[in-house]
Amino acid sequence: MGKFIGKRALASGISLVGLVILVFFLSRLTGDPTDLYLPLDASVEAREQFREMHGFNDPLIVQFGRYVSDLAQGNFGESIRQARPAMEVVLQAFGWTLQLAVITMSLVTVAAIIVGSLAAFNVGGVFDRIATFFSLVGASAPDFWIAIVGIVLFAVHWHVLPTSGTGTVWHWVLPVAVLFIRPFGLILQVVRGSMITVLSSAYIKTARAKGVRTRPIIFVHALRNAMLPVITVIGDQAAAILNGAVVVETIFGFPGIGKLMIDSILLRDFPVVLAAIMVSALAIFLMNLLIDLAYAMLDPRIRY
Amino acid sequence: MTDHLLEVRDLSVEFHTAAGTVRAVQNVSWHLDRGETLAILGESGSGKSVSALAVMNLIDMPPGRITSGTILLNGRDMLTMTPEERRQINGATIAMIFQDPLAHLNPVYTVGWQIAEMMTTHGQPGDRARARALELLGRVGIPDPDAAMKKYPHEFSGGQRQRLMIAMALACKPDILIADEPTTALDVTVQAQVLALLEELQQETGMGLLLITHDLGVVAEIADRVVVMNAGEIVETGNAAEVYHNPQHPYTRKLIDAAPGKGQMPKERDRSGQPLLQAQKLQKHYGAFHALKGVDLTIMPGETVAVVGESGSGKSTLARAILRLDDPDGGRILYKGSDLMAMPPRDLFRLRRDLQMVFQDPTQSLNPRMTVFKLISEAWEIHPDILPKAQWKDRVAELLVKVGLTPEMAKRYPHQFSGGQRQRIAIARALAMEPKLIVCDEAVSALDVSIQAQVIQLLDGLRREFGLSYLFIAHDLPVVRDFADRVIVMKSGRIVEEGTVRQIFEDPVQPYTRALLAASLDPDPQVQAARRHAREELEQRIPA
Repeated sequence: MGKFIGKRALASGISLVGLVILVFFLSRLTGDPTDLYLPLDASVEAREQFREMHGFNDPLIVQFGRYVSDLAQGNFGESIRQARPAMEVVLQAFGWTLQLAVITMSLVTVAAIIVGSLAAFNVGGVFDRIATFFSLVGASAPDFWIAIVGIVLFAVHWHVLPTSGTGTVWHWVLPVAVLFIRPFGLILQVVRGSMITVLSSAYIKTARAKGVRTRPIIFVHALRNAMLPVITVIGDQAAAILNGAVVVETIFGFPGIGKLMIDSILLRDFPVVLAAIMVSALAIFLMNLLIDLAYAMLDPRIRY
Repeated sequence: MTDHLLEVRDLSVEFHTAAGTVRAVQNVSWHLDRGETLAILGESGSGKSVSALAVMNLIDMPPGRITSGTILLNGRDMLTMTPEERRQINGATIAMIFQDPLAHLNPVYTVGWQIAEMMTTHGQPGDRARARALELLGRVGIPDPDAAMKKYPHEFSGGQRQRLMIAMALACKPDILIADEPTTALDVTVQAQVLALLEELQQETGMGLLLITHDLGVVAEIADRVVVMNAGEIVETGNAAEVYHNPQHPYTRKLIDAAPGKGQMPKERDRSGQPLLQAQKLQKHYGAFHALKGVDLTIMPGETVAVVGESGSGKSTLARAILRLDDPDGGRILYKGSDLMAMPPRDLFRLRRDLQMVFQDPTQSLNPRMTVFKLISEAWEIHPDILPKAQWKDRVAELLVKVGLTPEMAKRYPHQFSGGQRQRIAIARALAMEPKLIVCDEAVSALDVSIQAQVIQLLDGLRREFGLSYLFIAHDLPVVRDFADRVIVMKSGRIVEEGTVRQIFEDPVQPYTRALLAASLDPDPQVQAARRHAREELEQRIPA
């Protein structure tokens, strides 16, 4: 078990190093940030001073060496835009995104499992048809469109919800609702498909021959067996939100990591971009580890 | 009229499928009383399980539909009961066990939980259910019941899993136990133990036992009365011994005649001259598991050598090693004197056509997306020197006729055939290579007895016609008796005994061989009763 986690961590660490190197050099290709930060009429001396201060005058390789040695001391650099430690900026934003991901995915998981299982129990029935219809619509609707329509209807037209920001509980309703729809549709389909297979398996026949009631047959005997493929998709979808729900965060002005990354890239705030990528990568790594552990927890035949 | 414990009257069940309505059973009537064992005997597709599934309310409706009849439990019609009443009967009054216990036990819950669930479902408190589950595990002979409670189904052997199913089924002390092919997937010695356990438990509890089987031997061993089914109808009912000795219906007669193990044993052959194939000291490891521990084997031209043994004995590994499908780790394989292990790949490729294999399950060994023509002619594509392309069509037709099919079938796909027909196609494919040796790995095990007899006859005829040799891997001793010249008995990766069919069957030396023979079931209830005596004596002499 410990060996398994160690192996995983090593493999992920190697990819992370490659990613950091790639992003460091690629982001430098976008050009010099100086012009973006100083006013148009700034003097040549001021520009030169700005460059000197942030080390943009040194050759790329020297800049990279400095970055790596800082990293080794746990220093992720300073945000050019906010003039405070890049990691602090990133972790603050990541905290928001993490909350958004946890709330959304918890709701999605519970709803998709219940609706999907009930749909699978009576394949082709009215409930199944309605659930399948809405899940397909949900899985295929573009989220930016739903987000905008949501703002137009609930905020502009009916004035029941705020358009953007994070002040109150009500601020969370639209972003969570918009992020909910697609994973819900997708996971519901996976739950349904997996449950249909499991419900036709031999051990379900045994449970019926034992006289087990319908509800425990679905939610005790079948569900745990049907969860394995579902967990993979849940992890996938959670990772997508953790990685930054860029479009949704931007539309709702949500101060999460997706919005931060886009802003930092546009403003060439290199230290923040790099720190954000490292945090995301770590989150994805932990997410996948969690999924593997969930597999072993659900299925006694899987041992690492 | 007194009520029977369970009575099925004029039951008809249909299934509505895309291909039309299938009448699964028609006007089926049988009854079961306390303390007796009724067997429903039939081949695949005979509808033998359908009435039991109807009793358990396990037929999905739709597509299934009960079109007529009644099912009386102590005189009450179950078909008019509410679903909740039916649910309360399942497990508590009528329990059922199935053919493949691994598939029928939930893989993600401990066996202790699954057995206890049977009792908590029917209203017993959890702690008492767990205590009784522990007691039951001991009763059905699971070693170390305390540890077993916390184990999962995959951690047990096949025979133990069926014991777990039995423990679960008997947890609520049901009046009736339905066993659907309970020993079909098990080794003969394990089968004998499981049947003995069922019989013992029946005597203890006085329950009625309904046994669904395709195996005349199982009927002979355990049943009081038998119902013979064919094509959804009951063709004959009666006392098991009477039906065997005096069958009334032609189908019953055909079934009894097809039972293997009654034919003439072949005469001893001259074994001088160069052997066709020789294996010397074959070794094979799978990780830490030592599958072959130095196996020697000689096959003469035109000879059929059978390898028998229980699962895990290494007989299939031996077959695969000889063909170098799985390379052995040590030893030599000589084909007409030249070493297959030391041969360059190109020579080995040419030799491949001489050595062919027919696998157990033709559904899996035939590519479902290839027509029969393609399946058979592919051999000539790979080995172009066998046959010019212009003759492929005629030769495929010829081969199909040879294995008892028709030339028009070449255009069809495997799924359009029955199991027995598919195995014929697999044999035709092997013959296309014009081989010298065909390795049959449990090639007839999955087939119904009447089909099995036909396939054996076919193989025997082909041997005479082409001078083929067979290496015949089987767990079923009677089949071997009719077909093989020599028999090799394997156990735990070693050969324990070897000899002519007559030596092995009439004068076995090793206790293991004798135990195997004693455990194999004879279709004649009288022979079986005598054999059971012999087995019991043997068991007393050598402890398990």
